[in-house]
Amino acid sequence: MSDAELRDLYREMILDHSRKPRHFGRLPDATHKADGINPLCGDKLRLYLKIEDGTIESLSFEGTGCAISVASASLMTDAIEGLTVESAESCFDSVTDRLTGGSSHLGAPLEKLAALEGVRDYPSRVKCATLAWHALHAALTEDPHPATTE
Amino acid sequence: MSTAPAPLRDAADWRADFPALRQSVHGRPLVYLDSAASAQQPGAVIDAVASYQREDHANVHRGVHTLSHRATEAYEGARDKLRDFVNASSRSEIVLTKGTTEAINLVAQSYCRPRLQPGDNIVITHLEHHANIVPWQLVCEQTGTELKIAPINDRGEVEVDGLYGLIDEKTVLVGIAHVSNALGTVNPVEDIVAYCRDREAAVLIDGAQGVPHLPVDVQTIDCDFYTFSGHKMFGPTGTGVLYGREALLDAMPPWQGGGDMILEVTFDKTTYNELPYKFEAGTPNISGAVGFAAAVDYLQRIGMRQIADYEHELHDYMVSRLRGVDGIRFIGEATRKASVQSFLLDDIHSHDLGTILDHQGVAVRTGHHCAMPVMQRFGVSGTCRASLALYNNRDDVDRLVAALEKAREIFG
Repeated sequence: MSDAELRDLYREMILDHSRKPRHFGRLPDATHKADGINPLCGDKLRLYLKIEDGTIESLSFEGTGCAISVASASLMTDAIEGLTVESAESCFDSVTDRLTGGSSHLGAPLEKLAALEGVRDYPSRVKCATLAWHALHAALTEDPHPATTE
Repeated sequence: MSTAPAPLRDAADWRADFPALRQSVHGRPLVYLDSAASAQQPGAVIDAVASYQREDHANVHRGVHTLSHRATEAYEGARDKLRDFVNASSRSEIVLTKGTTEAINLVAQSYCRPRLQPGDNIVITHLEHHANIVPWQLVCEQTGTELKIAPINDRGEVEVDGLYGLIDEKTVLVGIAHVSNALGTVNPVEDIVAYCRDREAAVLIDGAQGVPHLPVDVQTIDCDFYTFSGHKMFGPTGTGVLYGREALLDAMPPWQGGGDMILEVTFDKTTYNELPYKFEAGTPNISGAVGFAAAVDYLQRIGMRQIADYEHELHDYMVSRLRGVDGIRFIGEATRKASVQSFLLDDIHSHDLGTILDHQGVAVRTGHHCAMPVMQRFGVSGTCRASLALYNNRDDVDRLVAALEKAREIFG
């Protein structure tokens, strides 16, 4: 494994989003929320969504985790703000498929998520990258159980 | 079955006995620093298991045919070796289990549960592995009794006065690790046992991290129960021992029912088998026991004292080298430690650090190490843990340090 590949996994965008996560904190007027837990890593996050007329008006998250899980949550909140619930669910399908080795194309608004593709070679880290997305799915489907990556 | 004893050799040669260490990971020679999670096996263990499977396998304690006899000899021979390894006074005191976890659960359910009355308590410490926490939580819940937790200090040592302050006439059992898996702390188990003996509280020692690194003599420690696992001491997974004082084991009801643990079964009444078979229901892990015995042979050929001395020196070297890494924070700085150093590096999450080290061929454990209360005590979600075994050397430590420097570079 060369240093270049290592730097590909931890590229600047990932480090930036993990250190300065966007949409970080609570959302007081959230209409939906869900927890995501990765029991292996101990990554934990809570996702808040404000959904009006079928559109995600705003969203935020809080929690702790590794660089990959925090960056993934941050990139996700950037990508799906303003989308309809239906579009967000379709993003969930594409991203989870792509990061687990599938052939889904990450088009707009998911282009930046391609920065996480390096995890595809690391099964244990795929879970870090998809945790926020599983929490999103749980919130949108109003699943009362915390989302896990198991 | 039998392998000719190898002559005693220098530490530098021990490593060559472990085939798994002769490989590269991500293009670099493997540096295995995760033996506290599970140790690699020497060729002698692997060969003993394979030879048993090829030539001697049958069920134990049953058939009159030759293979069943050989399998029984091998299985019971393993018990004898394990008795000798921890110097139990009788082979009746060695119950073979699938590991430390099962052994502790057995004591919780078979020793504690029938004894615990409302108002009674069990005492453990803040540095325990989940396997020495949850079985006690379960039995306390089942019996409406209290689980008390002795504090640890900032170095990761049990506060012995705090522990003693919790032990009273209502204390049925004290459970404590011999060596902490997350912090490396070696607990003063002989002193603690002596204190408890005067107060008639039984003591269980979780020895999973003790037996691979220190000579253990259960009669010298004088504990009531001592538990350990084969795979932490270079044997197969799914093997373990509950050592229990014969009088206590004898008075305990069976834990699980089934074949092998009975003398006679009728629908009116079943008579249980004698010790230790009373606690070994069902066909046991025979090949695992064979490998476990081979691991004992291997360790005894080198000598536990020699191993402990070698590892102590290597541990000190690791600690001093790690101390020189900028941005490192140690978790666990007990005066008496064995094998383990837990740490954090800058603000890098332990899982990111684990991945970066793995890319460089260095295997460490990251996360909470099945000791979440320890992490809570130090206010961290997890740590990076390097753990040593007899096959590690100074080069391994140097590779770890270089890999940490690389991680700092990447996280800039």
